[in-house]
Amino acid sequence: MKRLLEINIAVVFLFLYVPILTVVAFSFNSSEQTAVWQGFTFNWYAALFEDAALWRACRNSLIVAGAATLIATVIGTATALAIERHRFRFRAALVRCLYLPIIIPDIVLAIALLTFYVQARIPLGIISLIIAHGVFNIAYVTIVVRARLQGYDNSVEDAALDLGATQWQTFWRITLPLIAPGIIGGALLAFTLSIDDFVITFFTAGVGWTTLSVHIYSLLKFGITPKINAISTMLLVNSIVFILLFLRFREKKEKSPSL
Amino acid sequence: MHRNYRLLILLFPVVFWLLCFFIIPLLSVFAYSFIERGTYGGVQWNFTLENYQRLFDGLYLGILWRSVSTAIVATALCLLLGYPFAYYLARYQPKWRNVLLLLVVVPFWTNFLIRTYAWMLLLRTEGVLNSLLAVLIPTAGPVELLNTPIAVQIGLVYGYLPFMILPLYASLEQLDMSLMEAAQDLGASPRRTFWHVTVPLSLPGILAGSMLVFIPTVGAFITPDLLGGGKVSYIGNVVERQFKSARDWPFGSALSFMLMCIVLAGTVLYFRTLQGREDDGEATGK
Repeated sequence: MKRLLEINIAVVFLFLYVPILTVVAFSFNSSEQTAVWQGFTFNWYAALFEDAALWRACRNSLIVAGAATLIATVIGTATALAIERHRFRFRAALVRCLYLPIIIPDIVLAIALLTFYVQARIPLGIISLIIAHGVFNIAYVTIVVRARLQGYDNSVEDAALDLGATQWQTFWRITLPLIAPGIIGGALLAFTLSIDDFVITFFTAGVGWTTLSVHIYSLLKFGITPKINAISTMLLVNSIVFILLFLRFREKKEKSPSL
Repeated sequence: MHRNYRLLILLFPVVFWLLCFFIIPLLSVFAYSFIERGTYGGVQWNFTLENYQRLFDGLYLGILWRSVSTAIVATALCLLLGYPFAYYLARYQPKWRNVLLLLVVVPFWTNFLIRTYAWMLLLRTEGVLNSLLAVLIPTAGPVELLNTPIAVQIGLVYGYLPFMILPLYASLEQLDMSLMEAAQDLGASPRRTFWHVTVPLSLPGILAGSMLVFIPTVGAFITPDLLGGGKVSYIGNVVERQFKSARDWPFGSALSFMLMCIVLAGTVLYFRTLQGREDDGEATGK
């Protein structure tokens, strides 16, 4: 029985990693014909550095993800505080409404925003993109920060207030440092999802604002070239570095005393 | 500061954002689904039910059914691969489980387009799998794998497997092993113990994982587009076509409204099942 389970583990990991590692391997292949191995080369990587369109797409992605993450982190944190620390009339309705952008398929949200932009005469471009990314990012940040707020009870805050701290002092010195890991975690998640998003960007970007995902999609539609392998490998390395940083950061947080 | 005043400041941005850029856009799709298509690709503001009538055309019902059944098969395959995986991690691997879980998540943090592209590289006619086949059996011609429903199915399982494994692991890890031992001590066979103790106790994980796989796969666009090559239609692609090339926005709106209803029905069913189980648990607990 245990043997069978171990075989399953091996199958799952082969399934998960063979495709990705194939892409990495072929990014060093000197052949234009991507399926046959001819020799080792760095040429495709060298070509990336001269690709102006690719760098422009990267820059656009960073601008959109950065702006949307900043907005969503502020709004999402405020929302989480309101939901967890206050009782109000439409609280349950708000919570449900916040989950909706995550539940409904990307393509539905994308075309909903597209029809809205057209009717409201909002031009498709950077603003429409940041607004669209804000919608799903706010939801994710709220969920992560709420989880952090549920992790401790507000007696610490009550204690600070009893000891004579003002509301502002309590917020800046007690609440904010306590929920900071949640806020940073939510922001990182939002940033990653923004960079990765294709469907919503594809519908709401208009012509001038090609992001990295949209750029990659048009490359794939045009035909498979060795350059795509090099881009993919770079992105893979990026996300591994990102995960390692995230884990390092979390470990440090856990080692330092929590209160 | 007055408490109500503070609450207002905290809530204003989110209410504004969700109302303007989520609720109103959804209403706008709903409105679009009831109007007529214009002659030159625009729309004409005349009320009609024709878009919904077209949905019940044999063609579109077939596409809808293909999307739903593909999502169900993808969910089942993820469960089949993911359950033994999560079970093994939770039960036998206290030392390596965090590393193994991390290895499951790494592909998930990589761009979805890139992950789908990896399968294009493997499956296409002049791709890696066909090259391997040519070396192994020189007489067999290349098999067409890309642009088939099977390619789409593989791509969906590949894309969403981590979503199944993580909740399954979370619920199996919390499981009290002594319950299984008790069942076996009382004479239950390992198989009986598994089906009557382990599976029911891990049902919340099974349900959560199934939801997380079913929802994105039923409305998937990228995977059918890149791995299906537009040769087989799924609801996500038909919606895209209405908005990008066919320029029939009202019909596209009706389609996506239908898609949203399917997903919401799935969600409601999920919460009902979960709630029903909790009620049962309370009843037997007393």
